[in-house]
Amino acid sequence: MAEFRQIGWKASVPTLVIVLLAAVPPFLSSYWVGLLTQIMIFAILAMSLDILLGYTGLPSLGHAGFFGVAAYTVAVLATAYHAGFWTCVASGIIIGTLLSAAFGLLVSHVRDVYFLMITLALGMVLWGLSNRWITVTGGDNGISGIPRVMTGPITFYEVTLLIFIGCTALMMLFISSPFGFTLKGIRESESRMKSLGVNTWLHCYLSYVIAGAFASVAGVLWAYYNAFVGPTYLDLTASSEVFLMVTLGGPGTLVGPALGAGAIVLLKNVISAYTQRWLMILGAIYIMTILGAPQGLWNLRRRSRSRA
Amino acid sequence: MKEVPVKLSTSVVVVVFALLATGVVVGQSAASVPIKVGFIAPLSGPYVQNGRDILNGFLLYLEEIGYRAGGRQIDVVVEDDEAIPAVGLTKARKLVERDKVHLMAGALLASSGYALAPYIDSMHIPMVFPVVSSDDLTQRRRSKWIVRTGWTSSQPNHVFGEYAARTLKLKKVATIGLDYAFGWESVGGFQRTFEAEGGKIAQKIWCPLSVHDFAPYLAQISRDVDAVYALFLGRAALQFMRQYQEYGLKDRVPLIGSGSTTDEHVLPSMGNEALGVITALHYSAALATPSNKSFVAAYRARYNKVPSYYSESMYTGAKWFVSAIEARGGNVEDSAALLDALRKVKLADLPRGPVELDDYGSPVENVYIRKVERVNGELQNTVIETFPKVSQFWKYNPADYLKQPLYSRRYIPPPTE
Amino acid sequence: MIYIITQTLNGLFSAALLFLIASGLTLVFGVMRIVNIAHGSFYMLGVYVAYTIVARTHSLFLGTLAAVSAVAAAGFVVERLFLRRFASQPLAQMMMTMGFALLFRDAAFMIWGGDPFTLPYPSALRGSIEANDIVFPMYRLFVVFVAAVVGVVLWALNEKTLIGAKLRAAVDDAEMAAGTGINVALLSGLVFAAGAGLAAFGGVMGGPILGGYPGMDLDLLPLAFVVVIIGGMGSLKGALVGSIVVGLIDNFGKALVPELSYFTLFAPMVIVLAIKPTGLYGRV
Repeated sequence: MAEFRQIGWKASVPTLVIVLLAAVPPFLSSYWVGLLTQIMIFAILAMSLDILLGYTGLPSLGHAGFFGVAAYTVAVLATAYHAGFWTCVASGIIIGTLLSAAFGLLVSHVRDVYFLMITLALGMVLWGLSNRWITVTGGDNGISGIPRVMTGPITFYEVTLLIFIGCTALMMLFISSPFGFTLKGIRESESRMKSLGVNTWLHCYLSYVIAGAFASVAGVLWAYYNAFVGPTYLDLTASSEVFLMVTLGGPGTLVGPALGAGAIVLLKNVISAYTQRWLMILGAIYIMTILGAPQGLWNLRRRSRSRA
Repeated sequence: MKEVPVKLSTSVVVVVFALLATGVVVGQSAASVPIKVGFIAPLSGPYVQNGRDILNGFLLYLEEIGYRAGGRQIDVVVEDDEAIPAVGLTKARKLVERDKVHLMAGALLASSGYALAPYIDSMHIPMVFPVVSSDDLTQRRRSKWIVRTGWTSSQPNHVFGEYAARTLKLKKVATIGLDYAFGWESVGGFQRTFEAEGGKIAQKIWCPLSVHDFAPYLAQISRDVDAVYALFLGRAALQFMRQYQEYGLKDRVPLIGSGSTTDEHVLPSMGNEALGVITALHYSAALATPSNKSFVAAYRARYNKVPSYYSESMYTGAKWFVSAIEARGGNVEDSAALLDALRKVKLADLPRGPVELDDYGSPVENVYIRKVERVNGELQNTVIETFPKVSQFWKYNPADYLKQPLYSRRYIPPPTE
Repeated sequence: MIYIITQTLNGLFSAALLFLIASGLTLVFGVMRIVNIAHGSFYMLGVYVAYTIVARTHSLFLGTLAAVSAVAAAGFVVERLFLRRFASQPLAQMMMTMGFALLFRDAAFMIWGGDPFTLPYPSALRGSIEANDIVFPMYRLFVVFVAAVVGVVLWALNEKTLIGAKLRAAVDDAEMAAGTGINVALLSGLVFAAGAGLAAFGGVMGGPILGGYPGMDLDLLPLAFVVVIIGGMGSLKGALVGSIVVGLIDNFGKALVPELSYFTLFAPMVIVLAIKPTGLYGRV
């Protein structure tokens, strides 16, 4: 419990959320516990993209790539090599992070819309590999049969909750560290930070790698949650959905993207049960977000509060 | 203007809470009088056409019986899996854990089938697979709670390989097909019996599922083969036929293939390029049996198009689980007994002919060799030969068969055969 | 040898289609910095509109005309009403186009259903040319020719006309161009409409071979992005060279190393990016 207080500079609200998340499962059906698990996994992914997009100002459109590669690593090791649980988890995170370290070398000097294009292209390289490197990935079949761990949704839920809390705390520490402030400085004016003697390339690079590492954590969780991986985990649609979660929630807030992830997962699961026009609704959400709340819902709330 | 988004955010919060609230309520109310059947198929995305045929067949049968079986009303919950396995899993969770269905039916792609199997087994809810044909679901990776009423990919192709060598007198064949489990297993089955009869597969060309331009693959086809075996479905089948003719191959090398390539789901969109193509499958809409004729007539009347094998599969699938429900006197709450009843069903007057399950839970049924002809201005798969009671193991001993590995992309038949 | 010639011809056909799509994508990017995810939708809508018109009038020419003008008009409206207000906010614009990509996909599905179809061949272009065992379909040759003509027209428009001069000025520096009295707003609308129209034209040209089907909007879009990135974002010459490079690599890659065909395509892109991040002919 002590660690919660450490991160809680505004301790009451986060603590309340954590207590709520920890306490609700017995009152919900397994379906809703499953949805909450999904939400937390995607919240980690969305927050990791927020480090890049919101705090550093680097719009990555290939972020699902690391998520997917980590998930594939787990799947391949667990099925083809029958590796143990911890080996799979560690390898998933390490390989996802190493990959972001490699890609980071290619993209860290690029900015703005060019960054968008290049990360989009790199994301597609990964998607192409997952799709065509059949001997390893199974191609369009994907890989099923990842052994279930922590059977029973409640226990998997609890583990996910712990990891979610841990990742959130780490990311919050990270963005409120001096390093995090430098990132925000780069977002506002890179030239000024350069003139202050900051190695902006290195900062962007590290930000990219760290974002990739947290995305990998989410990918590992997702692989175990679904017990299945396939190429759709890392296609353009997946990457743009994460992008939407961040933009909808409010970039540069961490909380916003986490809520954005929750909103999208809920909408996707609940609305699609009532209408066949789910794609159209999702499209409308993209457009309405930009028209109505271009800074995201969380920032909007903040602004209206400061105005009042 | 500035106020609107604020309202938007509050309304999102309200919606979220409302949803959570309904979730709690739905979670608590479990007992219900009607029988709940969950249905999953792609109703959007690239395989929507196949998915809709499956749904049509399903609804047609339920309408015929007035949505009643075993003295109880049947409620159907239809879900769209977009042909994405992960989405299919999410939808299956919703059907089982939220809607509390008593049994499920559907799925199209092999990848969806394999992804769903572990979940279904863990939840102990019977699911009828009328279409998914992945061999191992009833062979090396048998799933307890899945009841296959369709076919295995290699089943008609074992028959067809032998037929191609013995009756069509082919010696050398090149294959071109979609690069995934369905393709590998079909081509593998064909290759095994074809080569056992002295034939030779000269080339195997694989195209990704996203293929649209076949030119780079067509250019590789050797000109001195006796025939080309093609395996496609949906729009890829349509495009392949077009381009096969476009490159002047149709007049040089005869085309044979998997039943899906000329299946009725895409045949009406084709032109003369499809004429004369010979394929094998466990169904043809042109079958002249009374039960098929009445099925085709009812289907045409209801949907104004010819039924495909997908339509027939789910029509039969629905009839299958309805027979099981009848046998249980409407008691679907005991899912183990329901599963047992599903495995014991035996139907004789299906559109495709008689079907029963073997010891491994896979249908034993007729396989038809079909040839595309134009009759009354419409293309159809005329049945030119019938092989009755074909098992998924063909003429092989099941135990020996299962010692062989699953047909893969680089399958080479065992030398002893 | 025959094999190499055939595959080269196939590659040129892919390049021709890609050029029609990528030239619009790169122009839009060059002038407005819009990463247009909905570009594939315009390609898709083109062949769908043409299909409807051809079914009614039995005229491929009318179908093409209707498709190009309808889709160009749709593009103009999208730009005017939704994208312009976010000028120089590339993220907002990209999200917007993403939303429209989804809307268009679902709308096409609602209007035309999910059944795949192909357009008829122009009757004069049926059959194939055969020489020394090299078989190449007439129609594909025609598409290569048409794309070449489009390329020349675009080049002439860009280099030899006043609009082209304004366009180049806007690509180089939109603010400066506005300062010299160029109506950048109108120009942007026209460029976006032209890009959409070109994509639709690409869809129609591919129609007799590839046809229309759900999911086609995302089929060629990744390749078009690769073309734009390799060639240089905003450069017409780059789009041409990029299309040929990608078209050839794609065909030979699929034929020679099918397992890694995607990799063979993206590897050159990564190399170009590492050496010259702006692409072969790009300026920043």
